[in-house]
Amino acid sequence: MSGAEIGLALSVFLACAVEAVEALTIVLAVGTTRSWSSALWGVGAATLALAALIAALGPALTGLPINALRLVIGGLLLVFGLQWLRKAILRASGLKALHDETETFAEETEAALAAGAPAQGLDHYSFVVAFKGVLLEGLEVAFIVLTFGANQHRIGLAAVAAMLAVALVAGAGVGLHRPLARVPENTMKFAVGVMLTSFGMFWGTEGAGASWPGGDAALLVIIPAVLLCSIAMVPWLRRVHAARPSPAPRPAVTTERVSEPEPI
Amino acid sequence: MSRLKSFALAVWDFVVGDDWRTAAGVVLALALTAAIAGTTVAAWWVMPVAVLLLLALSLRRAAR
Repeated sequence: MSGAEIGLALSVFLACAVEAVEALTIVLAVGTTRSWSSALWGVGAATLALAALIAALGPALTGLPINALRLVIGGLLLVFGLQWLRKAILRASGLKALHDETETFAEETEAALAAGAPAQGLDHYSFVVAFKGVLLEGLEVAFIVLTFGANQHRIGLAAVAAMLAVALVAGAGVGLHRPLARVPENTMKFAVGVMLTSFGMFWGTEGAGASWPGGDAALLVIIPAVLLCSIAMVPWLRRVHAARPSPAPRPAVTTERVSEPEPI
Repeated sequence: MSRLKSFALAVWDFVVGDDWRTAAGVVLALALTAAIAGTTVAAWWVMPVAVLLLLALSLRRAAR
């Protein structure tokens, strides 16, 4: 397996694992409080929808000329990766709340209980909530599988890495029967952001017609450089936030209107 | 029509997110790379510089 293929498998595995942890919390909440069978039908339907999306778009993407593919996919990965990296750096610097699976589980459980008694047979609420949870979390993974996989013509490898991550998270969830609150989600999201940004930059540049010094080996410099710059931005961001101008004091609120006439 | 608009907005939100300036910067940087690559000057350095600047600016906007 080449270095780029290892990067592909690792990025997809990490992205899929972190999204699977979030989806698992939702499925566990509706499954334990309402109906396991309906929640699992929702999971199955969403998984099929995602697989169909990848099967439909994969061949269309791999059919594009290589330079156009790299330019488009590099650009998309870069925009997408910068979103992940931005949020991860904001979380690491304390400017954005960390994702708390225990809190999410409690909220989802409360909402499931408030929705009334589960219906006999297929419980519509459990099915829809599980379906939406898995589909929405899975869309980002499908995007990463498609873009990474299509660019290296290894959609199969990307899909296998995604399935391994889902199997691992689902197995842990079934074993523990509670949300995986101790998974270092932000660290994993940070790593995925670094990988998406690095590969996006690499492929986008090649797709635009430029060549990297050292060819594929440039990735061995790009990935650590993106990681180091991102880590260095955490304390810098804290300083920027601390140095921001404080908001102007609000005028004292009075209950009396002295000069303004009453509206008619 | 409203469904099409909702779909387009959802795709935009999914790919671009809440900072359109970063997405626009990436497109401009790729265009600049392509323009320089058409000359005899090396163009590989454009994207690393652009990514560093775009990320820093986006974070600074979020922090203020």
